Amino acid sequence: MSRLLARIMLDRLVTAVIVLCVMLTAIPVLVLLLFVVIRGLPGMLTPGFFTSPPHPFGVPGGGVFNAIIGTLEIVGIGSLLAVPFGALVGIFLSEYGRNRIGDTVRFTSDVLTGLPSIAFGIFGYTVLVATLHHFSAISASVALAVLMLPVVLRATETALVLVPQSLREAGLALGAARWRVTIEIVVPAALGGIVTGALLAMARAAGETAPLLFTALGNDFTQVNPLQPMGALSLTVFKNALLPYTELQNQAWAAALLLVIMVAVTNILARIYVRRIQR
Amino acid sequence: MSRGTAAERVVRAPLVAPGRQRRFLSGDRIFQGLALASAAMILLIALIFVVALFIPALPAIRRFGLAFFVTRTWDPVRQNFGALPALYGTLVTSAIGLVIAFPVGLGSALFLAEEARLGFLRGPLSFAVELLAGIPSVVIGLWAFFILTPLMRDNVDPFLRSTFGFVPLFQGTANGYGYLTAGVVLAIMVLPIMIALSRDVLRAVPRALREASLALGATKAETIWSVILPYARVGITGAVLLSLGRALGETIAVTMVIGNRPVISASLFSSGYTLPSVLANEFTEAVGPLYQGSLFYLGLVLVLITIAVNVLARLLIWRFSGSDPASA
Repeated sequence: MSRLLARIMLDRLVTAVIVLCVMLTAIPVLVLLLFVVIRGLPGMLTPGFFTSPPHPFGVPGGGVFNAIIGTLEIVGIGSLLAVPFGALVGIFLSEYGRNRIGDTVRFTSDVLTGLPSIAFGIFGYTVLVATLHHFSAISASVALAVLMLPVVLRATETALVLVPQSLREAGLALGAARWRVTIEIVVPAALGGIVTGALLAMARAAGETAPLLFTALGNDFTQVNPLQPMGALSLTVFKNALLPYTELQNQAWAAALLLVIMVAVTNILARIYVRRIQR
Repeated sequence: MSRGTAAERVVRAPLVAPGRQRRFLSGDRIFQGLALASAAMILLIALIFVVALFIPALPAIRRFGLAFFVTRTWDPVRQNFGALPALYGTLVTSAIGLVIAFPVGLGSALFLAEEARLGFLRGPLSFAVELLAGIPSVVIGLWAFFILTPLMRDNVDPFLRSTFGFVPLFQGTANGYGYLTAGVVLAIMVLPIMIALSRDVLRAVPRALREASLALGATKAETIWSVILPYARVGITGAVLLSLGRALGETIAVTMVIGNRPVISASLFSSGYTLPSVLANEFTEAVGPLYQGSLFYLGLVLVLITIAVNVLARLLIWRFSGSDPASA
């Protein structure tokens, strides 16, 4: 009987250890978010945070207007490059890619997914910064586009594969060419998955810092020309955190909070969109 | 949609006259060609990726060769560069990260996939994991820089030194910036991928195996230990390797807490360097083809290591599930 008791006790103990693991996972997340909100909120509520570029060291006030514009523009241009391109590759994989070429592309895209984010920065540097001889937002957009590509194309493929074969057959039976069936029937039916993939890729790109370090470089002035160096929220967080000025450090926390909010909103939008499409 | 369903629109499209049959076909060809061309572009991009690292690295590869990997100096002033401190730091921090993240992540995955008790916690845990996966690296770095570093310096490091101080790993002074703090940050950062992948692997274990074990009278813990984990071993190894790939390449958060000194120290409290953080810190300041080339050389090494780890991991996961781990 005591052996049975020991086994039951061990079972309980394992459950307790598993619950401990759950807490060790959940606690850092909560603590992290708590600190970002508490330390970031005051800075965010400072007048001018959203509307003014940074002031010189020691001059009070100033905001991150330049970085907000920069993040939106860099990620926006990156998405314009990555989303149509990635969707087209996804279409290829799903509709024409059940062969060795498709497998090679899938494998390459998976390898790209696993590459360190800093490698995309070096890619952007060699391909555009070194050839144009100066840092520019467009090189950051290209680096982020390559980073987003695998996410978009895999999401597109997954969504297209889920479209029932009978829909395609119905279109073909009505005499439509294969490309028209793909564009007018299959893609609209899978649009939810494609948009979700694009939004998730944008959310990831918006938070990246390493690919921007040697491409967009950062800029304390508001810049909209994509051929010039540009600021970004992630760069503001990284650079201000390491500076010995409390005001700028507070600005880093506020920019971090803004970044987290932007990423969260994009993620939530993606989910809402999926639900609406599925209905 | 006011224009009717997709099928109706296709029906309303003009029928093709027999004479135009060939152009009709060529629409298909053009579209397929376009799709194929963009797919081929992915391969081209991957190729450019490697070339873009290799060519600028050539001056350093010619000058230092393979001795680069065993040279302990990183001295921009004397133009003498070696990768050993950064390689060592990368391996040590990733190892610490995995030693922490593996048990915690596997435990959480077991909770999500196996544990029937306290089921109400499952939703919140999944949500927390997804949240953590979405938090940008730089935000985790900011938190680690201001909150975790003082905590390590004032509480964790002194405790470890007084308890395990007889081991060289836990000797020496601690200022909070170093291998151990970076390892803890990496553990937090790879947890989501570790949990998500192990959970999927555990869920792929056939239900009949579990039920057979329970029917023979095994407790839940015994079933996990002697049935589920042995079956899932290959897949879990894949999950650990993918987490390792993520840890090796993590840049910004590690750069903010590693201390950024090109030294090699047995003490985990010591400041150090990692491959990505050397790049993040010095790339824009590097002058001269040799200095720049050495940085590209480091980048090349980093990319080749992560590719090797990722390929191995995906092969393992494919072997386990027979299906596609998707892009986690």
